[in-house]
Amino acid sequence: MSVLVNKNSRIIVQGFTGSEGTFHAQQMLEYGTQVVGGITPGKGGSLHLNKPVFNTVSDAVKATSADVSIIFVPPAFAADAIMEAADAGIKVIVAITEGIPTRDMIEVKEFLKNKKCRLIGPNCPGIITPGEAKVGIMPGFIHTPGNIGIVSRSGTLTYEAVDQVTKAGLGQSTCIGIGGDPIIGTTTLDAVKLFNDDPDTVGMIIIGEIGGSMETDAARWIKSNCTKPVVGFIAGQTAPKGRRMGHAGAIIGGADDTAAAKMKIMTECGIHVVDSPAVIGEAMKTILSKEYRGIGV
Amino acid sequence: MNLHEYQAKSLLSQYGVKIAQGIMAETPESAVSAAKELQKNTGTRLWVVKAQIHAGGRGKGGGVKVAKTLEDVFEKSKAILGMKLVSPQTGPEGKLVRKILIAEDVYYPGEKEPKEFYMSILLDRSTGKNIIMASTEGGVEIEAVAAKTPEKIFKEWIEPSAGLRAFQCRKIAFSLGCTGKEVNEMISFIKGIYQCYEACDASLVEINPVLRTSDGQILAVDAKIKLDDNAMFRHNDFPELRDIHEEDPLEVEASLSNLNYIKLDGNVGCMVNGAGLAMATMDMIKLAGGHPANFLDVGGSASVETVEAGFRIILKDPNVKAILINIFGGIVRCDRVAGGVVQAYKNIGNVKIPIIVRLQGTNAEMGAKIIEDSGLKVTSAILLKDAAERVADALKN
Repeated sequence: MSVLVNKNSRIIVQGFTGSEGTFHAQQMLEYGTQVVGGITPGKGGSLHLNKPVFNTVSDAVKATSADVSIIFVPPAFAADAIMEAADAGIKVIVAITEGIPTRDMIEVKEFLKNKKCRLIGPNCPGIITPGEAKVGIMPGFIHTPGNIGIVSRSGTLTYEAVDQVTKAGLGQSTCIGIGGDPIIGTTTLDAVKLFNDDPDTVGMIIIGEIGGSMETDAARWIKSNCTKPVVGFIAGQTAPKGRRMGHAGAIIGGADDTAAAKMKIMTECGIHVVDSPAVIGEAMKTILSKEYRGIGV
Repeated sequence: MNLHEYQAKSLLSQYGVKIAQGIMAETPESAVSAAKELQKNTGTRLWVVKAQIHAGGRGKGGGVKVAKTLEDVFEKSKAILGMKLVSPQTGPEGKLVRKILIAEDVYYPGEKEPKEFYMSILLDRSTGKNIIMASTEGGVEIEAVAAKTPEKIFKEWIEPSAGLRAFQCRKIAFSLGCTGKEVNEMISFIKGIYQCYEACDASLVEINPVLRTSDGQILAVDAKIKLDDNAMFRHNDFPELRDIHEEDPLEVEASLSNLNYIKLDGNVGCMVNGAGLAMATMDMIKLAGGHPANFLDVGGSASVETVEAGFRIILKDPNVKAILINIFGGIVRCDRVAGGVVQAYKNIGNVKIPIIVRLQGTNAEMGAKIIEDSGLKVTSAILLKDAAERVADALKN
């Protein structure tokens, strides 16, 4: 079991024949992911990586019954690509593209409001259910099937956490990279709820950053609703106020979105907050061995 | 990207926003001719000489002066141009003033007392909507107003499907206590700044103060605009608004090599792939007893060129006592990064400070071996906690 994607997910790639799309579609196929085709307007009817190319997402959905899309379209056209996927009935839309203007994302958010789909990202590494489906740009080999759900705003820092979890002898149910932009489709709290409802996730790791209130929103929900142990880390304890640290979302604005403020609230809500990024995996292992002795993790 | 006040005002007036008129000058002589021209156009009898730097609180640092005569304009411009302006937002080292704005006086006496307001538009991340904030408390720091008298800040969220509506502008105008013809003045002012915000892909428009003049006009006395860097592809004329003098020279150099670098004041330099991991690495340096000297994200492809460029930039900072390179190889292979580090080290030559390289992920072991076999004074680590300990050791020695 897992959340969002599994071995039955049928995935299409928007921006399929571009260099990014090609490279990562190939990596996803090698991982065993069911990539059923892709979209490049004007190239419909041809084959790419032995998979059919379509002109529109709607054509692709009709022909392949795809339910998941991954987007590698350049920033200027990415908002449109997300809306096209939603319009065609795609259930899970993973937007990898970095650098989409905020104004475009405000429109996307509005467009998706009453649609039955979930957007992951943009500006994210994607999602992976180890051993079943990799819908993203993460290195597949560091993951191992297991019971820890990981949600993160970062890319390589997520890989770090995954690697530590694997080395601690645990595995991951699903890892969700939600992205670092100011407007994203799925929040930390949304991911936490998915993991809380997933019978095969026994523990969660939240990797957050300075800026915004997503981690504290999740923490407050966890305090009264979550039945599973949660480990948390917030990057940016040493970040100076008001500077843009790579991710557009990671700007310290008010008093409550500093790393220290977030860590304090998360701790008060019962999350096991670690102050070093080097001990995320160990912390999860220790907690599970104390709280969940004997369930085979 | 941040704009200067004079650039922000020029953009605003293109969208019909009334502003306190002004002319930018770079020498005391051109300041005087600007003052003459301004007098001809506006009839102003006083002039305000305002330092143009990318930081607020300029008045407190002596960067804003009123001049009563043309001689006075010359003297005050001469004093402000070339000064190191230290304001609460510049840091103790201050910022060199290269440009000034000669502005008309808009606080002239009349039937009413002039009144200052505050207004800004920005994204509310929690709702994903833009928000207009306005306050009767203008000309002071809005953070202080928010802390002490939050009831004096009025907020209107803009529905993306409907845009800014007239009723919202009316609500703000009446909340601010506007009466008579000021109401319509205020409504057009709000509509104007919102149009500017939208059309320019701004991430912030802040007018503090907005002034109601003694004869009932509403205008922008100061203006701050931040543009969304991600939307530059829609605005061909915006790149020329960038003032690289306002940026740290090392940060400018880094941006030319496509590196995302921010200079800090610590003693341990770091080079990392990915913004989140870079911040986490900085945190780890602090926990190990050091202080991060920078934020440096080399991005997805850590090639020999980017690693070398990163090295050179970090080494230019004399405070750096050790460098930690932390790469999590995914698509990037660690053996390639290791090769890049060795090559860059040799190309630069004569590196006197210890370097700790932590490679994890794809081909990590191969990468570590390349570092160890190179014979260079580079320490290799695979686990993040080992890397932290090596940094601590390096600082002790």
